[in-house]
This record gives sequence, C-alpha cells and structure tokens, in this order.
Amino acid sequence: MQEIEIAELRKLTEVIKEKYNYDFSNYAMSSFKRRIQRILEMYKLASVDVLIKKLTEEPRFFKEFVSEVTVNVTEMFRDPSFWRELRDHILPNIMLNHNNISIWHAGCSSGEEVFSMAIVLKEMGILDKTKIVATDIDTDILQKARSGVYSMKNMELNQKNYLRFQGTTTLEKYYKEENGKAIMDKSLVEHVSFREHNLVASMAFSKFDLILCRNVMIYFNQALQNNVLKMFHESLFKYGYLIVGSKESLIWCEIANKFIVANNEEKIYKKIKD
Amino acid sequence: MSQFKLNNQYKAIVIGGSAGSFQVISKILSNLPKDFELPIIMCLHRLKHVRHGFVEALNIKSNISLYEPEDKDSIKKGKIYLAPANYHLCIELGNHFSLSTEEMVNNSRPSIDITLETAAYVYKNKLIGILLTGANKDGAMGMKKIKDRGGLTIVQEPSECMIDTMPVAAIKLTQIDHVLTVSQIIAFLQELDKVYKQST
Ligand SMILES: C[S@@+](CC[C@H](N)C(=O)[O-])C[C@H]1O[C@@H](n2cnc3c(N)ncnc32)[C@H](O)[C@@H]1O
Repeated sequence: MQEIEIAELRKLTEVIKEKYNYDFSNYAMSSFKRRIQRILEMYKLASVDVLIKKLTEEPRFFKEFVSEVTVNVTEMFRDPSFWRELRDHILPNIMLNHNNISIWHAGCSSGEEVFSMAIVLKEMGILDKTKIVATDIDTDILQKARSGVYSMKNMELNQKNYLRFQGTTTLEKYYKEENGKAIMDKSLVEHVSFREHNLVASMAFSKFDLILCRNVMIYFNQALQNNVLKMFHESLFKYGYLIVGSKESLIWCEIANKFIVANNEEKIYKKIKD
Repeated sequence: MSQFKLNNQYKAIVIGGSAGSFQVISKILSNLPKDFELPIIMCLHRLKHVRHGFVEALNIKSNISLYEPEDKDSIKKGKIYLAPANYHLCIELGNHFSLSTEEMVNNSRPSIDITLETAAYVYKNKLIGILLTGANKDGAMGMKKIKDRGGLTIVQEPSECMIDTMPVAAIKLTQIDHVLTVSQIIAFLQELDKVYKQST
C-alpha cells in the first residue's frame, strides 16, 4: 500500500474537525499515521480520500472511527511498583488531611486501571470514602469498562501484575470465571461514574485530589500536552497529585513550576501552586 | 582501506536485534569511541514486564551510556537510546521520539519494524540501519523501508548469528548493502566516526 502523506492526514483531520468538531490535528504524527493505515486496511479502503468520503457520508461510522483511531491497550496493575507507591505513600498522604478522596482517571480505556484503583482502595478500607470519575473519548471502550468483563487470556498478565503489586489476597477474589471470561465484582465500581470526555480543548469540570492520565498523552504532540496539562492543573486541589505514564514527564512543560516531583520513578507530581 | 565508501551525510543509526543480540550489542558498544558522532537508536526485543536491568546491564560494558528515552525527548548527537520495555519507540519529524503502547507488531513491543520504519520516514537517505541476530522476522520490513527511502542497510552475517532468522528475512525482502560480521560492523562504525571527525 502507498505510504500515507502528511498532507492527506491534514485534510482528514480538517474534515473531521469541520463535521464532527473533534480535533485530531495535534496527535503525534507517527502513531496517528499508523492508526489511519490500520483503519484503511480494516475497512478495505483504497486511500485516505475514500476514508474521508466515508466519514462525510456516514455519520454513524465516525463513532467506530474514534474507537479504532485511539489505542486502547491497557492492563490491570500496569507498573506494579507504581501501585505499591500509591498504596503505601500517596493515598495515605491524602487521607491525612481528608475524609474523602476524589479521583479522575482521564483516558481510562476498558477500565482495568479503574478496577485496579478500586481494589487498592478496597484493600485499604477506604473504597467507600472515594468518588471516582473515569473518562475516555471512546464510547465503545467505556461500555466495556462499565461492563467489567475481560477475556481470561488477559487475566494471566493481570494476575502476574497483582502478585508483583503484593496485594492482600489474590486477584481471583475479585472476579468469577464464566465461559472464558472474567466477570469483575461490580461492587468495586458501584460509585464510579464512567463518562465520555474529550481531553482536547476541554475545560476543567471539577476538582480532584488525584488525577491519573497514564499512557494517553503519549499520543499527543507537545503543544496539545501543554494545554491538557494546564487543564489538569486547574482540575486539581492544591497539594493534589497528577500521575502520568512511566515514560512521560512534566519537567519540560509550561506549568512545571507549579508542581513538585513526588516520585520521579513512578511519575507522580504534586501541585504546590495555584 | 575502505570497502564502504563512507561519507558524512548520515544523521542517525538504528539497530535492531533479538535472540542472541545482547552479547553482540555489548561488544559493539565496548568498541565505540566515547565521543561517537551520531545518535544510535536501538530497538532490542526484551522482556515486556521487566522495566529495569537491561539498560544497566548494557551500560556496564559500553563506552557511551545508554538511555531509555521518555516520550517526546529530542534525539541528540552522540547519544545512545534504547527502546523501553513494553513501549514502541517511534521517531517523529522534528527530531524527537514518541512512545506508543499500540498492539504488538510481530509479537513484539517494542517492535523493531516500528522503530526502523519511523526512522526511515524521518531520516530518508540519511539513515543507517543495522539488523542483528534474532529468531523472528521483526525488522525485515523496517530494513526494506530504510532501503526504499535511500538509507544504508547492514545485516549481521547469518552464519555468525546465534539465530539467523532475522537477518535472513531481511536479505530475502530487500537488497541489503552490506552483510557483515560483528568485527566488521565495529570496523564500519569506527571508520564512519573518523569520516565525521575529519570533516569537522
Ligand atoms: C493506551 S490507553 C491508556 C489506558 C490506561 N490509562 C493505561 O495506562 O493502561 C489510552 C486511552 O486514551 C484514550 N484517549 C485518546 N485520546 C483521547 C482524548 N482526546 N480524550 C480522552 N481520551 C482519549 C483512548 O481512547 C484510550 O482508551
């Protein structure tokens, strides 16, 4: 297949912005290009122009497009040492001054990160003191998160991660197996609000003690990262924490001086200035 | 003495390797000058869930310390970069990296094809690609992209490889410029470095 040209991608993002008011023009180019390539192959479309035509003519296809253009790969207890740090230091620190905790998972994908959080909170005995908002741009993946049903194949890795996290029990305690699927204990996410939300050009909508946005901004260019980080800063209470993926960093961004590094290895930042 | 007809047009070197490549890379790194002129970007297959240890192990023997880039880090002259565990390492226009947790490619994350292809796209004929021993076809397509965009391609001599699937796959897919033993690869890199130093 022909290599996709940047000019074609520009045209595509313009059309999408015009028609659907979603702006993908600041996504990191190389992965965005691969996603589009993949969509062309999946739907057997001959070129980006054909994709543009399909998007213009079939509004219903746009939802699927959003689903496919985003990368949803995730795990429970991804980076087990991070979850230990959260349990042993960050959450206890927040609890020192608060009776309740509010948490935002931005880009929660199929919910594994949210279930991990709920399990940590439950094992600490503070799940009922927590309010969690979990958001993603992709409505299909949010539906999967709400249902809390995962393939058993994935549970192998999740279990390994949980073991390395060193929880108080085994991961099996939190789901039952049915027809090759793991059905998560729904009471874990009873108080989680799963909502559609686009981080691009968004305004702060609430305040939180803790925001997790892991492995989401790697798909954005630095200009967009900067804007989103500003919005996260506004969405945090003073002394609240922002946590990004293990290979992301805040030190370069415009509002870096409003945060201190709480844990460099696990990419945990603490807001110290409004 | 040169069989390579080298010049100083190159902007970066990418190296891919899998099964058996640890020793090879170690040997190459211990023979590079400390102030090697070009950035080297390495994508080696590695355990997905072991974040630590690999870079440290390679650093023991290396003359230049290796670094696992973070998202959007810029690519600098004289540095050696290693794709981190469980992330694809991509090169973006504007001379910086980006990371991705996309699906595995050729059963691998990091995938050598992704690093090589994105590098080929950005550096075009100013790229050197080196593919070492390995038990999988990852990297072959990336080498083809490098060749197609005018870059220089080198694979490790298959008879010398612990497992030759990877270089053989590349040789089948595209016209490789040089098939070299590890010692020859080292000689190539040393000579390349001299060309750069003489011209500055
Ligand atoms: C790789 S997943 C990360 C999941 C989880 N946080 C983790 O680290 O495992 C990235 C998620 O970001 C979401 N995403 C991408 N662009 C977004 C945007 N503009 N607004 C909100 N979510 C977005 C994707 O739909 C996807 O579910």
